Amino acid sequence: MNPIKTFHKGGVHPEENKLSANLPIQDFPMPKQIIVPLGQCLGAPADCIVNKGDRVLTGQLIGTAKGFISANVHSPATGTVAKVDVVMDHTGYYKPAVFIDREEQDEWAEGILVTDKLLTDIKLDSKQIIDKVKECGIVGMGGATFPTHVKLMVPEGKKAEYVIINAAECEPYLTCDFRLLLEKTQEFLVGVKILMKAVNTDKGIIGIEANKMEAIELLDKTINEHKDLYAGIEVQPLKTKYPQGGEKQIIKAITGREVPSGKLPIETGCVVVNVASTYAVYEAVQKNKPLIERIVTVTGKSVKNPGNFRVRFGTPADLLIEAAGGLPEDITDVINGGPMMGKSVSVTNFPCIKGTSGILLMTLREAQDRRQTNCIRCGRCAMACPMGLQPFLLHKVAKQNDFDETEKNHVMDCIECGSCEFTCPANIPLLDYIRYGKAKTGAIIKARNQK
Amino acid sequence: MNKYTISGSPHVHSTENTRKIMYRVLLALLPALLVAIYYFGWYALRLTLVTVATCMLTEWLIQKFLIKGPLTINDGSAALTGVLLAFNVPANLPIWMAIVGSIVAIGIGKMAFGGLGKNPFNPALVGRVFMLVSFPTAMTTWPKAAPVFEAGFFTDAVTGPTPLGLLKEAGVGTLAEAGDMQFLDMVLGNRGGAFGEVCAIALLLGAIYLICRKVIDIWTPLSILLTVFVFTGICYLVDPTQYIAPWYHLVYGGLLLGAFFMATDMVTSPMTTKGKLLFGFGIGVITVVIRLWGAYPEGVSFAILIMNAFTPLINKAFKPQVFGVVKPSKK
Amino acid sequence: MSNTLLISLAVLGILGGVLAVVLYFVAQKFKVEENPLIDEAEACLPGANCGGCGFAGCRALAEACVKQAAEKGNIDGLACPGTDMNKVAAVLGLTAGTFEPKIAVVRCNGSCQNSPSKVHYEGADICAFANTLYAGEGGCSKGCLGLGDCVKKCNFDALHIDKETGLPVVDPDKCVGCGVCARTCPRGIIEVRPRGKKDRRVYVCCSNTDKGALVIKNCSVGCIGCQKCLKECPFEAIEMRGNLAYIDPAKCKACGKCAKVCPRGSIHAINFPAPKPEVPALQGAEPAVKPQPKPEAQPVETKTEVKPENTVTA
Repeated sequence: MNPIKTFHKGGVHPEENKLSANLPIQDFPMPKQIIVPLGQCLGAPADCIVNKGDRVLTGQLIGTAKGFISANVHSPATGTVAKVDVVMDHTGYYKPAVFIDREEQDEWAEGILVTDKLLTDIKLDSKQIIDKVKECGIVGMGGATFPTHVKLMVPEGKKAEYVIINAAECEPYLTCDFRLLLEKTQEFLVGVKILMKAVNTDKGIIGIEANKMEAIELLDKTINEHKDLYAGIEVQPLKTKYPQGGEKQIIKAITGREVPSGKLPIETGCVVVNVASTYAVYEAVQKNKPLIERIVTVTGKSVKNPGNFRVRFGTPADLLIEAAGGLPEDITDVINGGPMMGKSVSVTNFPCIKGTSGILLMTLREAQDRRQTNCIRCGRCAMACPMGLQPFLLHKVAKQNDFDETEKNHVMDCIECGSCEFTCPANIPLLDYIRYGKAKTGAIIKARNQK
Repeated sequence: MNKYTISGSPHVHSTENTRKIMYRVLLALLPALLVAIYYFGWYALRLTLVTVATCMLTEWLIQKFLIKGPLTINDGSAALTGVLLAFNVPANLPIWMAIVGSIVAIGIGKMAFGGLGKNPFNPALVGRVFMLVSFPTAMTTWPKAAPVFEAGFFTDAVTGPTPLGLLKEAGVGTLAEAGDMQFLDMVLGNRGGAFGEVCAIALLLGAIYLICRKVIDIWTPLSILLTVFVFTGICYLVDPTQYIAPWYHLVYGGLLLGAFFMATDMVTSPMTTKGKLLFGFGIGVITVVIRLWGAYPEGVSFAILIMNAFTPLINKAFKPQVFGVVKPSKK
Repeated sequence: MSNTLLISLAVLGILGGVLAVVLYFVAQKFKVEENPLIDEAEACLPGANCGGCGFAGCRALAEACVKQAAEKGNIDGLACPGTDMNKVAAVLGLTAGTFEPKIAVVRCNGSCQNSPSKVHYEGADICAFANTLYAGEGGCSKGCLGLGDCVKKCNFDALHIDKETGLPVVDPDKCVGCGVCARTCPRGIIEVRPRGKKDRRVYVCCSNTDKGALVIKNCSVGCIGCQKCLKECPFEAIEMRGNLAYIDPAKCKACGKCAKVCPRGSIHAINFPAPKPEVPALQGAEPAVKPQPKPEAQPVETKTEVKPENTVTA
C-alpha cells in the first residue's frame, strides 16, 4: 500500500457516520410511473424528442443535449410517454420532465448489450470513447453533474498525464461509491483503463480515503492479480479529511500540484473522474449502455434501514425512503446528496437523477442549534478553508454588497465545500453569503468580459 | 408533520459555539482563582464576585435599554471580562473602584463598539488601565500573599511590594539581598501582586487545558514568552548587575496571565499564524521595554492594548495564501 | 525679529505667486469640456447627493438626464425624489409634463394566508440567495420570497415588510419611483408604474407565468391566465405574457372593469372610491371617497387589508 497522502491547507473532520457502509447494493424495483427530468446535468437541460403517447424502450434517447455543456437523457424504462410536463425536482423549482407509464418487462433499445459478463477488451479508440461517453449522457456523478465528455476532451496544447479517480467519498454518510468499488471492482478497473485510453495516458491513480481500507485492499489485490490487465493503475490512500474529494484538493494531495486560480484541472495535467462515472463509462463503452441508473445511499441517523440502492432515474425519492423504513417522525431536513454539499429539498417525491448520490434524512438534533451570534473573529473559518480564503471577510463584504472587495479577495476560488460554516462557533451562515457574493461577482465579471 | 427546513449547505455543523469557548476559558481560570483564594482569602473571592456581577449587570442593562437588541448575557463573555479584570488588580482594592472599573470595561471597552466581537481592545485591560491611571495609589498597593490557614480567611491583608516594583525602585542588588527572589515562591504564587497572576503553575495548568481543547493556539503566547526571554536574556548577558535573569521575567508580574489569557482573546488578536507570531513579538518587546526602562514596573497590559490597536493592520498584512495563486516571483 | 517676519512674508508671498501661476497653467491644460446643460440641469437638483435616484450624486443624475434627453428625447425613469423633474425637462428643452410621477408596485399577493408556507427557510436573509435554493416557502417559483432585498436597497424608507402578510409594502407618500427595488428583486416582482390620475391605478398583482393548475396549487390569488380581463377591457390595454395578464399602463384608462371580472382577485385597482353600497345598512359609516389611511398602520398599497375599502374587486 502506498503511504497516505493529503492536502495540507485547511480542512475539517465531520463525524463520518457511514451507516450503510456494510450493506450490499439492492436493486430497487421501479414504480408504475417514472418521471425523468430533462435537466439532469450542470448546464442546459436537454431538448425533449418524444411526444405524449410515444412508446419508448429502455435506454432509448429521449432528450438531446443542447449546447456544449449539456448531456443526453435516456429513457430508464420501457413504457408509454404519459405526458411531458413540469415536476418539482431537487432544485425546488418546477422543471420540464417526461412522465413514462412503465411496462412490466424491460425491452432494451437496439444495440445495448445486456450481460453481466466482464468485458475487458477495449475495442474503441480515444475519439470513439469520448463520442460514446457523450452519446450515453455520462456526467460527474459525485453531485456536480458536469458532463464527463467535456472533461475528457483535452484542449489543444495540453497533455493529460494522470487520470485521477476520485474515490475519496469525503462526504459523511454517503457510501454509494464505496459499495460500487467493492461489488464491481473489475468493471470499475476496466473503466479506469478506458479513461486512460481516452486521454492517452498510461497513469491512472485511484484516490481513496483511508477510512475505506476494505476497498483499498481489494483494489490492490485485484490489480496485483491481473497485472497485465490493469497496468499503470495505482491505488493512493488519502487521509480521512474533508474536503479530500474536492477536485483541486485531490490533485494537490496526489500530485502535489496546485490548480492555478481561475484555471481548469487540466492545467496540472490531471483529469479527475468520479467512481460512479467511471463505472458508467465502462457500461457505455463496453456494453453501449447509456446512463440510466445509479447507486443511491438512503441514510440518516433515525432511518430504520439505511441502504444502498441501484435506482433507475426518475424513481421518486419517497419510494426509496419507504424502502428504508419510512420517513421518521422527527425529520426536519431532507437532503439530496451529502450533508456538507447536498441540497435540502422542498418535497420528498422529487425524482432521482444522475447527481443523486444520496438521500439523507436529518433530525433537528443533528442540524443543531443554529442561533446566530456575533462573529468573534476567531479565524477558525480561515484556518478551515482549503482554498486559503478568508470567509469572515467575504461574508462581511458580501453582506455590504461590495463586490469589488469580494473579487479582490478571491471569492471566485471558493469551492463551496462548507468547511467554514461547519467550523464557525457563532453559527453564521457564512457560505450563504459567500455564495451570494460569488454569484453576484461572477455576473459582474461576465458582464465585464463581454464588453 | 414537520415542515422541512430549506437551508444552504452544509447541513451539519461542529458542536463548537461561542458560549462553549467562553466557559472553557472560565474553567481554565479556575485553578488560578483557587490559588488566589488560598493566598488572599476572602478578598480575592469578594473582588471576583463583584467584578463579575457588575460586568454582567452592565452588559444586561446596556443590551436591554440602550441597544434594545437580543440579550446575550449568558454567553459567558461578560463574566470572563469580570474575572480577568479581577485577576489584574490588587485583592484589597476598594469595592467601589472595582465597580467603576467593571462598568468602564464593559460599557466603554466593549458595548460602546457594539458588543461582543466588535471591540478593538480587550475590555478587561481597558478597565484595568482606566483604573491604573485613575486610582494610581490603590492600584499599586499590593497585598502580600499569606496562606489562609496561617493568616485567616477574613483578615486584612498586609501590603507589600511586588517583585517587579522592588526591582524598579531598589535595583537588582537589594532585591537579591532581601531574599525576595525565590524562584519557587514565584512559581507557586507566594508573592505580592495582582491575585490572578501570582501562581504560574495554576495559570499554566489552565493554559494547557485551553490548548488541548483547541480554544487558543500556542503561537501568540509562545511568541510573547520567547521574545521576553530572549530580549531580557540579552540584557542579562550584557550586564548581570543591572538586569535580572530572564527566567524571573517570565514568572514575574502578569506575563503568563497576559500571554495565555488576554493576548489570545480572539476578538482582539490576529487570525493567521504569522500574524499571531508578529503580534506576540510586539507584545514581548513593548513589555520588556516598559519593564526595564519605563515608568511603570509592569507593562503587559499596555503592551497588549498597544498591539490590539495594530491587529487590524496585521490582519491586513498577513492574509492566508490563496490556493493556486502563485506569489509574484522576485525575478 | 522684524527681519524674520519680513523674510517669512517674502518667502510665502513668492511661493504663493509661483504656485498660483503653476495652478493656472495646469488648470488650462487639463480643462475638460462639458456640456453646459449638465450644469444647468444640476442647478435644478437639490445637490444633496443622496443617491436616491440610483446615481452617484446629483451631477451623475444630471449627466444621465442630458444623455437620455439627447438620445431618446425624454427623461423617463430618471427621477430625483426632492425635485419636480419637469423643471429639469424644461431646462433640457423638453415639453413640460414629459415626466410622469411613478410608484413601485409589488406584483405578488402570495401572503402567508394566500400562499401558506410548506417548508421553512433558514439561512441568510437575502432573496437573491434564497432564490437559488428553492421556489419559496409557499411553493410559487415566481412569488415574493419576503426576505426584503428591496427593503434594504430602498433609499427612502418607502418599503417595509408587513409582518402579517410577509410581503413588502410600498409607502406611496415616500416612494419616488426610482426603481432601485425593481432592479434589485431577483424575481422581477416589483414594477415601476405611473401613479395614474388621482393616484388611481390598476395592475395585475401576480408575476407567475406558469400554467393555471400550477398556480392554483400554491396560491389562492395568483393569476391563472383565464383571459377574462382581456375580453373585458374596452381599451385593449391587457396582454398575455405566458399565462399572466399584463396591463399596459400606457393604454390603461383606469376604468377598473377588469378588476371586477377577475375570478381570482389578482387585479388590484388602487384608490378607487368604494362601490356604492347596494344595501345602505351595510358598512354605512364608510365614506364613499377614499379614506386617508393612517400612515404607519395601513399604507394605501397594503393589498389584503385595504382591499375592501380602497380597491374594487369582484
